[in-house]
Amino acid sequence: MARAERMAPARLAAFALVGVGALLLVSPFYFTFVFASHTRSAIFDTPPPLWFGSAALANYGMLIERLPFWRNFGMSVYVAVMTTALNLLLCSMGGYAFAIYEFRFKKPLFAMVLASMMLPAFLNMIPSFMVMQFLGWIDQPRALYVPGAAGALGIFLMRQYIASGIPRELIDAARMDGCGEFRIFWSVVLPLAGPALGTLGLITFINSWNNFIAPLVVMRSAENYTLPLALRSMQSPNNTEWGTLMVGSAIAMLPLLVAFFFCARRLVAGLTAGAVRG
Amino acid sequence: MTSTRSRPRIRARDIAPYLFIAPFFVLFLVFGVFPLGFSFWLSLHQWEPAAGLAAMRWVGLDNYAFALTDPWFHRSLWNTLWFVVVSGVPQHLVALPLAYFIQSRLKRTRNLVVGAYFIPYITSSVAIALIFATLYSKDYGVINAALQAIGLQGAGQGIDWLGDAAYTKPAVAFVVFWRYLGWNVVLYLSALQVIDTDLYEAATLDGAGLWTQFWHITLPLLRPMIFFAVTLTLIGNLQLFEEPFILVDAEKGVAPSVMTSAIFMYRLAFSDGDFGTASAVSWILFLIIALLTWVNGKMFQREGDSHGAR
Repeated sequence: MARAERMAPARLAAFALVGVGALLLVSPFYFTFVFASHTRSAIFDTPPPLWFGSAALANYGMLIERLPFWRNFGMSVYVAVMTTALNLLLCSMGGYAFAIYEFRFKKPLFAMVLASMMLPAFLNMIPSFMVMQFLGWIDQPRALYVPGAAGALGIFLMRQYIASGIPRELIDAARMDGCGEFRIFWSVVLPLAGPALGTLGLITFINSWNNFIAPLVVMRSAENYTLPLALRSMQSPNNTEWGTLMVGSAIAMLPLLVAFFFCARRLVAGLTAGAVRG
Repeated sequence: MTSTRSRPRIRARDIAPYLFIAPFFVLFLVFGVFPLGFSFWLSLHQWEPAAGLAAMRWVGLDNYAFALTDPWFHRSLWNTLWFVVVSGVPQHLVALPLAYFIQSRLKRTRNLVVGAYFIPYITSSVAIALIFATLYSKDYGVINAALQAIGLQGAGQGIDWLGDAAYTKPAVAFVVFWRYLGWNVVLYLSALQVIDTDLYEAATLDGAGLWTQFWHITLPLLRPMIFFAVTLTLIGNLQLFEEPFILVDAEKGVAPSVMTSAIFMYRLAFSDGDFGTASAVSWILFLIIALLTWVNGKMFQREGDSHGAR
């Protein structure tokens, strides 16, 4: 007890520092929402507004006038949902094969999966643009969700989970009962992989939702832009409508903030799962 | 052995695993391996995409020679390395003690605090850049207003964060730091969680304070994670693109001071249409990343030997 009291001031200072740091870290989000409710001129008042204003609706009106905003939103949703659904299916298939089966070249093949994670993304920027051009996929949403439909990280995550979390006896029993190989995967393994699928789904959705470089390179027409690209297209060197942009940013951030609020623990655990074991 | 069976039967379970992993490898071949090979081939050619594939002209290593002697490329490399150090090093110097503090001192508020530090990581870089562009504004920005409020800056002497070359780099570096701090905290927390608490208890009984414990127990045990996290930061920052690209408009006079090598490569290809040189730049950058990652690994290894660990 005496010891705890002696350390009190230093501890208090440390708590305060960490708390203030956390507040500073979230403050830009606060200002996004505050500015979203102010006109352009009010944002650039001295001192800048610290509390909510009344221009949110006007800003919103200008947003949907300037951008096909909800179409862009829909495009983001469509691409993110397709990416996530494909990854959940294909990564759990791959992870399952690497976790349970014994087959020739299993080790080198898995090493290739891991090695592919090490390749820097920009190395692929130019050539994958050319592949898209060759396939005629420029300005097509599929250019955004097909290439990453079976991510290496997802295969790794699912392999780790299935290898340690699903009893082999269950799979053998299903096989004895005459289940086909795909049926075993679909009706025995998938239902038991729920937690890992949840984590993988969240990670994939977030990454797709925030992806900027891929759409920057392949999307051409404003109505096919995903949200990050659409928002950036409203920015101009001189007279950017900041209030309007903040409304757009706020709406774009909201789905992830809500998802994060409900799933923070799982997400954080899932993101670091590979790291801990590696 | 095979004679016990009349003929080798191909069972479904022998083929199934190959079918299960086929999607990854098909996609990897089409959108990973092939483009990489093509990119290398392209880097040995001069080519303008508008002219069609037939217009490719073999130039050998000329693109590499051109890039390596181009002052703009040198500048972009310098900028990139500057960002690696100035936004990368503080991430770890702050994240490590912070994670230690959260792990050892926070109980009920733990998830809330970790969540607060982690949110920037899961937010769109575009949204982040847009909000910081307003916060950094010269005459009306919240950051200058705050500095004036606490007396660090006189009224009307606001810093032009994103327009004055002396401040633009640090301003961009801060956004990168802000965005990835929480990610590193989470990485370190995940490693701290698996440290045996008995070690701390024994040390406390021996009279070791918080700082001594951190220095002599935590830090050595965290070495593998520090290596992992630093490697991720190194690889990530060497490819830095989005934050400087969105925060500082290409038209602005200060744009060259935050032009990273990835931005340089992007502009070469998509603004200048010089795909050959851009490909050469991407391979040079790849070699630099590989080299620095290797050096980083060697350094961690050597340090480990001198401590007699492992």
